[in-house]
Amino acid sequence: MNTYEYRKLKNTLASGLALACVILALIPLVYILAGVVVKGAPALSWEFLTGRTAGTGEPGEGIGNAIVGTLLLVFYASMIGLPVGILTGVYVSEYGNNKLGTTVRFFNDVLANFPSIVVGLLAYALVVAYLNVGFSLIAGAVALSVIMIPIVANTTEEALRMVPNSLREGALALGVARWRTVLKVMLVNGRAGIVTGSLLAIARIAGETAPLLLTAFYSSYWSFSPTEPVASLPLTIFRNYNSPSEVLLQQAWGAALVLILIVLTLNIGVRLSMRQKTKKSKAVRTRWKTRLSRRD
Amino acid sequence: MEAIRHILRLRKTYRPGGPRQIRQKDIMASGKGSKLRGKPLKFGGDLVFEYTVMAVSTLTLVLVWLLVARMVFDARLSIERFGFGFLIGGEWNPNRDVYGALPFIFGTLVTTGIAVLIGVPLSIGIATYLSELAPPWSKGPLSFVVELLAAVPSVIYGLWAMYALRPVMVDTVEPFFQSILGWTPLFQGDPVGLDKFTAGIILAIMIIPTIASVSKEAMMAVPDSQREAALSIGATRYETTRIAVLTYSRSGIFGACILGLGRAVGETMAVTMTIGNANSVSWSLLDPGQTMASLIANNWGEAQGLQLSALIEIALVLFIIALLVNVLARIMVGRLMSRVPATGGGL
Repeated sequence: MNTYEYRKLKNTLASGLALACVILALIPLVYILAGVVVKGAPALSWEFLTGRTAGTGEPGEGIGNAIVGTLLLVFYASMIGLPVGILTGVYVSEYGNNKLGTTVRFFNDVLANFPSIVVGLLAYALVVAYLNVGFSLIAGAVALSVIMIPIVANTTEEALRMVPNSLREGALALGVARWRTVLKVMLVNGRAGIVTGSLLAIARIAGETAPLLLTAFYSSYWSFSPTEPVASLPLTIFRNYNSPSEVLLQQAWGAALVLILIVLTLNIGVRLSMRQKTKKSKAVRTRWKTRLSRRD
Repeated sequence: MEAIRHILRLRKTYRPGGPRQIRQKDIMASGKGSKLRGKPLKFGGDLVFEYTVMAVSTLTLVLVWLLVARMVFDARLSIERFGFGFLIGGEWNPNRDVYGALPFIFGTLVTTGIAVLIGVPLSIGIATYLSELAPPWSKGPLSFVVELLAAVPSVIYGLWAMYALRPVMVDTVEPFFQSILGWTPLFQGDPVGLDKFTAGIILAIMIIPTIASVSKEAMMAVPDSQREAALSIGATRYETTRIAVLTYSRSGIFGACILGLGRAVGETMAVTMTIGNANSVSWSLLDPGQTMASLIANNWGEAQGLQLSALIEIALVLFIIALLVNVLARIMVGRLMSRVPATGGGL
């Protein structure tokens, strides 16, 4: 039974099966993207993008306040999350060769995969209930920033690890203080990785829904105040997805299209720029190699 | 005895030519005209910077422990009232103010089980293809596209499931399973499409990128010598993968599966939108249910008093499960985990 033909057949079958798995996984992706574009595109218009979500189901409403709300949430969350995340990454990579460093790293890894609804509860307990701010933009931003921190910290750490050690040694040998070395040499040379991580973190938090449900809540009005509830694209989808009103359903699909455009643009853009960067650096390296070899 | 002690004492005090204890004085800058003379090399700015960075990096640690303390504090009403009976209480009834977590723990287990049953074989197939079989030029783009699945926000999965997946489930998938397995208690009732089965399938799609990319990393970390050894004794590609690659990387793959499990347990929005939201225990996969996360999402706005406290206790249970699962996965996968695609949906 264990002939060569049989084993060959098994090999072919298994390879085919593996390929089938890949194709099977890509079907939902294509289907989702196509569905969102097909159903969302007809909704898009200038009025739709600038109108507010009144929620009455009348024509002429839009998702303008949700777009602004999401942008504000992401902005405030980045204001908190990016510095903390980057400094955490710096600590873990530059000073983290001790017990505290290991603990912080471990915690960040665990937190990176944590249910976001629990993170939302953290922000609720901290900002909404304890500081007594109530459902508000700032509470939502805190929740999103907590989701952001581990992602940014991990990518910053990776990026700093990629910086050649000779650069750090060179700076230290010139008598540059350690903190200036970190700020002016390490962070500057690792900036590509840090920017990548930050953009991916922003893409991730832009689509977060569950923590916002617990913290930022929702508002059908234009709202810019940090202490007031605010609308957001994901929550617009969640509130309207099951609505019998055609207009509200259109809002959900339109919001989904705008959201997925933001998220995918960030993801694909980061990916493409990263590839170009590696290509360029490789080209530079080979150019230097030829130049150096020509010299001797 | 006395002699030994004496020798030990001598060794402590008298070390001719041995290493000297390094003192603060030795790491100070010298040089006659130097401004830094007599100051330790690690001075002002450095210390300030190091301690600032350290303080900031411990912020997340502090926050998490604060969260635990707050949750226990907020859940005390419910903990006092129901005790351990909370975990096995089958009723969630705001009218009578009786709360039990069993239906939601059950719902979480069932949906996660379906997701893992479907998602794990698919993901391992994908990982095998990406790491062993795919032509080199297609590896990068294909992995990226698979990881894009993780970038799609959770709420969009839910929306999509509602309008694209649900009709398929109602018309074909559920009747099909009913015709084969209709005699089991698992497939009783009418197919409505908003049930534990649909939620499980959506979860399976959502955990595929996590499991696939971490397993792929684990497989790519297998040394080529393993593959070469298997190939050199005449194994086919399939046999090589099975003997050398899968066996060698099994702990990484297992960790990846646990990681996926963790995602499925905490996933909120897509499940809330597809599971049908019924606070009851039912063995049939075609009946609506509720998970811990979806219960919180559904009832957060209007919950007060004891109900709010019970909800927070459920969140505490979810927190503990997620912590255990993630710590276990982290230990299994080791540092691989930092390479998990940073773009998750709304977990």
